Amino acid sequence: MRPFTYERATDAAAAVKSAAETPNAKFLAGGTNLLDLMKLEIEHPNHLIDVGRLPLAKIEDTAEGGLRIGAMASNSHVAADPRVRARYPVLTQAIVAGGSPQLRNKASVGGNLLQRTRCAYFYDTSKPCNKRAPGSGCGALEGLNRNSAIFGASHACIATHPSDMAVALVALDAEVEVLSPAGQARSFPLMELHRLPGETPDVETHLIPGELITAVVLPPPPKGGQVYRKVRDRASYSAGLASVAIAGGRMALGAVAHKPWRAAEAEAALASGASPAEAIGAELAAASANGRNGFKINLISRLVPAAVAEAREPGRGA
Amino acid sequence: MKTTITVNGEARTLDVDPRVTLLDALREHLRLTGSKKGCDHGQCGACTVLVNGVRINSCLSLAVMHDGDQVTTIEGIGTAETLHPMQRAFLTEDAFQCGYCTPGQICSALGMLAEVAENWPSQETADLTAKIAFTDDELRERMSGNICRCSAYPQIVAAIRSAAGELA
Repeated sequence: MRPFTYERATDAAAAVKSAAETPNAKFLAGGTNLLDLMKLEIEHPNHLIDVGRLPLAKIEDTAEGGLRIGAMASNSHVAADPRVRARYPVLTQAIVAGGSPQLRNKASVGGNLLQRTRCAYFYDTSKPCNKRAPGSGCGALEGLNRNSAIFGASHACIATHPSDMAVALVALDAEVEVLSPAGQARSFPLMELHRLPGETPDVETHLIPGELITAVVLPPPPKGGQVYRKVRDRASYSAGLASVAIAGGRMALGAVAHKPWRAAEAEAALASGASPAEAIGAELAAASANGRNGFKINLISRLVPAAVAEAREPGRGA
Repeated sequence: MKTTITVNGEARTLDVDPRVTLLDALREHLRLTGSKKGCDHGQCGACTVLVNGVRINSCLSLAVMHDGDQVTTIEGIGTAETLHPMQRAFLTEDAFQCGYCTPGQICSALGMLAEVAENWPSQETADLTAKIAFTDDELRERMSGNICRCSAYPQIVAAIRSAAGELA
């Protein structure tokens, strides 16, 4: 790990102010992803601003009948919250499908959203990676790309976003609340948080540099069943090969794109009466493979109809 | 940086580089070598300790993040003379071979039982709104963050099951 200085932020305003004033500073929440990447010298901030003890860990009912989840709430606390379990079961299912209990106990909601890809070329500093070292090329394009994206990729990057939680949050139509370096609060749909790679895969979100995620806000639960299904190489504690979150009429796919992938084509087809197999077929019309990840297309064409059938079972709704 | 952490009930003040992980602080600075460094990347669970009663990977946390926290390591759980029921169960059930993962397994198991008592769900939990049915599938899934290279898993399940009954 390269040297850095450390401070513990006393409040959110002080945290963003410090981030604005300090070059190459990063926020530190749970640290489960950032510290791992710092050990590997993939991340090398000069300064860490510890936001882990900011009073942003509450889970509160909103006036609209939804839920506001503080960005510093641990993944475990969100998954275990009785309101989340009763009204947003897809979110609990997605969270407990990710990481290990020890990681979920430490990992924050904000950090989960901002975790980096697990692409092997991003992790191997001896290999080219446009995300880690812009302009160096993409080793995955013609390399070990079994876990790479099949939607929205570019010639510069075919990495996927690894979060399970974010897939459920997109299906639930969540918003994120953020605080800018100038101290201004704003909120926008979570679906607009992450970017597709394009020519700049090192820029992963639409956040202003130094902006801090302060909360995720869920609207009232949608009508209809909810379910999260994840396929991976091991039964537990493994990143996904593909996953799907269904919440009423909305659907999002995981581990298939640079961001949680809202399956808008499949949603529209289902809404107009198509069968689940036809609906996911419409979505997959836009999919493309790079070789070893081609199996994901077939996998999703089977996974999604099974998940839709499960979501339609009685008792799956909020 | 000056950091005070209460380790196994005793306040310990350290002056460490911010890069020092909680695991290295325990092992190298406080000479509490019970917590083990396996992968150092949060994948194996050998470094599991309890922080304010909650199990975490001490390798993926900085010591300076824990100023004021209460940390429990295997040294604080029991001694050779006065074994904790979980330690005794690991011996009785022969739940290890080389023993390297065992301190992490035991800390993790105690954290896990507290999570079950709080009715926290896992991916094996079919009904998210009911009381957890603490089946062996639940137990195995909840211990999935602790790897045993000697593959003593059946005995680890038996040991935790036995200690859970005793501690209930």
